[in-house]
Amino acid sequence: MKETSGMSLIVKRVTRISVSLIFLYGVYILLHGHITPGGGFAGGVIIALSFIHLVLAFGREAAFKRLSHEFISLAESAGGLMFLIIAVLGFSGGFFFLNFLRHGTPFELFSSGTIILCNIAIFIKVGAGLFAIFIALAMLRIPIEQEKG
Amino acid sequence: MLALFVIIPLGCAFLVPVVSKIRSGTERLLAVFCGVSLLWLSLSSFFWFEGGRIIYSVGGWKAPFGICMVLDGLSALMLLVVNLIGCTAIIYSLDYIKKYTAPQLYYTLFCLLLAGLNGVVISGDLFNLFVFLEITSIASYALVAFGAGSEELEAAFKYLVLGSLASTLILLSIGILYGSVSTLNMADIALSLSASQASNITMFCLALFIMGFGLKVALVPFHAWLPDAHPAAPAPMSAMLSGVVIKTIGAYALMRVVFNIIGVNAAVLGIFVWLGIISMSAGVLLAIGQWDFKRLLAYHSISQIGYVIFAIGLGTPLGLIGGLFHLFNHSLFKSLLFLNAGAVDYSCETRQLDKLGGLSRKMPITAATSLVASLSIAGIPPFCGFFSKLLIIIAAFQAGNIIGGFVCVIVGMVTLASFLKVQKYAFSRKVEGIIGEVKEAPVLMLIAMVFLAGLCVIAGLFSVPLIKNIISPAAAVLMEGTRYAIGILGA
Amino acid sequence: MSLYLLCLILFLIGIYCLLVKKNLVKKIIGFGIAEYAVNLFFILLGYRAGGEAPILDKHEALTNIVDPLPQALILTSIVIGLGVTALMVAIVLRIYDKYRTFDINEIKKLKG
Repeated sequence: MKETSGMSLIVKRVTRISVSLIFLYGVYILLHGHITPGGGFAGGVIIALSFIHLVLAFGREAAFKRLSHEFISLAESAGGLMFLIIAVLGFSGGFFFLNFLRHGTPFELFSSGTIILCNIAIFIKVGAGLFAIFIALAMLRIPIEQEKG
Repeated sequence: MLALFVIIPLGCAFLVPVVSKIRSGTERLLAVFCGVSLLWLSLSSFFWFEGGRIIYSVGGWKAPFGICMVLDGLSALMLLVVNLIGCTAIIYSLDYIKKYTAPQLYYTLFCLLLAGLNGVVISGDLFNLFVFLEITSIASYALVAFGAGSEELEAAFKYLVLGSLASTLILLSIGILYGSVSTLNMADIALSLSASQASNITMFCLALFIMGFGLKVALVPFHAWLPDAHPAAPAPMSAMLSGVVIKTIGAYALMRVVFNIIGVNAAVLGIFVWLGIISMSAGVLLAIGQWDFKRLLAYHSISQIGYVIFAIGLGTPLGLIGGLFHLFNHSLFKSLLFLNAGAVDYSCETRQLDKLGGLSRKMPITAATSLVASLSIAGIPPFCGFFSKLLIIIAAFQAGNIIGGFVCVIVGMVTLASFLKVQKYAFSRKVEGIIGEVKEAPVLMLIAMVFLAGLCVIAGLFSVPLIKNIISPAAAVLMEGTRYAIGILGA
Repeated sequence: MSLYLLCLILFLIGIYCLLVKKNLVKKIIGFGIAEYAVNLFFILLGYRAGGEAPILDKHEALTNIVDPLPQALILTSIVIGLGVTALMVAIVLRIYDKYRTFDINEIKKLKG
C-alpha cells in the first residue's frame, strides 16, 4: 500500500478540479444561509470534506505541507472567538446576542444583521474542527504501521 | 450580567490554545483569572436578586418566545458550589498537571466544563439545559480519559457509553414533552402542564427523566460507571466530577424538572425515598472492602448522594433544607478528600491503602486536612457534615419515615468505620520502610486543600446563618413548585 | 402513528447493538443508530398535515407549514452527536493501541 504517494494519476487529476468546485459549493451554502437551508454548519462540513478529499488523494505528507496542524488549530480558535465577540458586541444594544446591525430588506443577500457574520464564524470553526479531528485520527495510525512494516 | 457566567469560561476556553502558542506559561494565568472571576461573580450574585428572581432574556427576545436565563435561590446556591470547587480545583491543578504531558488541552477542557456547568444552572429553557448538559458531559468524558493509560481509557469508554445513553433518553423525553405542550420554556411548560391533568404522556416523560438524570447522578441501579470513572481521572477532575458534576447535571436538573416543571406527587417522592435508601446502603457496603483510596471515595460518593436524594424525596421543608445543605457540604468535603488522594498519589506514586503508611509525619498538612474531611463526612461535630446529617435524620423521623431514619444512622456509623480505616492505613500507622523518600505536596496544592478544610470548619460553626441566607431561599424555590412559572411569566 | 412506532423500533435496535454486541466498533455503530432514531422522532413530531417546507419566499405567501422549531433543535443535536462519536472513535482507537483487541470481554483490567 503506497500510502505516502496517494492514489493513482487519474484520481489526482480529477481532484485538482473537483476540490475547487466543492470549496465553492460550500461557500455558496454558507453565504445563502439566511435565505435557503444550510448555513454555517453545513458549509463548514462541506469545506472540511474538500480538505479531506485532498488528503485522501495526495497522501498524508503532501497535503500536510500546505495545511499544517498549527494553522488548523489557530483557525478553529479564531472561529470560536469571532462568534463569542459578535455575541458580546450585542451588549452594545443592551442584551447579550442582540442582532445589532441593520436588518436590511428581507430575501436579499446582505440582510439580517449579525446572522451572516455568525454563520461565517461557525463555518471557519466547524471546517477547521472537523479537519482537525480527521488529522488527529489519521495521524494516530503511524505508530502501528511503523511497527508492522 | 447573568450572561457573564457563560461568556467568561467560554472565552477563556477559546483563548487558551491561542495564548499558549504565543508564550507557554500564560494559560495558567488565564485559567486562574477565569476561576477567580467566576467565584467573585457567584458570591456577588447573592446580592443581585434579594429574595426574588432575575430573568435575563438573551438577544432581547422576551420569554416565552426566546431563551431566558433565570437566577433564583436554587441557581445561586448551585452557582456558589460550582464556582467555589471549580476555582479551588484550578488552583490545585496548576501544580498537579505537571505530571501530564499536555497542560493546554487540560485547561481548555476544564474551562469548557465550567462553561457547561454554569450554563446548566442558570438556564431557563429546557433545550438550552440539554445543550449545556451535553457540553459538560463531553468535556468530562475527555477529561476522564486525559491520562491515556489503559485503565483511564477503559473507564472513560464505560462512562462514555452510559453517559451518552442517558443523554439520548433525556433528549427523547424532551421531545415527547415538546410534542405534548409545544413550548420549551420551563415556566411555560409548567403552566401548560398544571392546567391539564397529569396524563400518561407526562408520567412517561417523568420516568424517562428519572432514568436519564438518575444515571447522571449515579443512583443505585444506574451507578456502574462511577467507581471506574472517578479514580481514573486526574485528581482535580475527580474532585470536580464527584463534588460538582454529578450534582449539577444530575441532582439539580432532576430537582428543577420534577419540582418546578412537572410538579410533585406522592409516587415520585416515594421513588426518590426508596432510591435514596438503596443508594445509601449499597454505596457504603461496597465501600468497606475497597483498598484503592480513590475507588473507596467514589463508592462513598454514591452513598452520600443517596442521602441527598432521600432527603429531597421526603418533600417536607426541613427535608429539603437538609438535603440541599448536605449537597453543599458534600461538595466541600468530598472534593477535599479527592484532592488529598491526589496529593498522596503525587508524592507516593500509589493509591493502594495497604502500601501506604506513616504519612502523618511526612505530609503533615495533607494529613491534617484529610482528618478534617474524614470527620466531616462521618458526621462528627463541629464540622459541617454533622449538622446536615442531623437535619436529614430529624426530617426523616418527622415525616414518619422510620426505616429511612434508621438506615441514615446506620450508614453514618459504617461511614465513620470506613474512614477510620482510611486514616489508620494511610496516615497514622507507624510502619517503616513501606515508602521511600516522600515529600510534602507542592505549595499551590496545599493552599487549595487548606482553603477547603477551612470552609468545612466555617460551614460547621456558622451553619445557622448559612442555612438562613443561602439554603432557605433555595428550598423555598423548590417548595413553591409550579408557582415558579407565575413568577417568571406573569411578572 | 405507525411512523412513531417504527422510530421506536429503530431506537431499540440501536440500544440492542450498544448493549449486546461484543465488538467496540459495533457498539459505536449501535449508538449512532439510536441517536439517528431519536433525531428522526423529534423531526416527525413537527409534521403538520398538508404542510410545506418552512422556507419563506418572496413571491408566495405560506399558509400551512410544518413546525420549524424541531428542525433547529435537531441541527444542534446532530452536531452534539458528531462530537460524541468523534470522541468515542478516538478513545476506541487508543484502547486498541493499548489492549490490542476490540473485544470487550478482554478489556477488563478494572474490577471490584
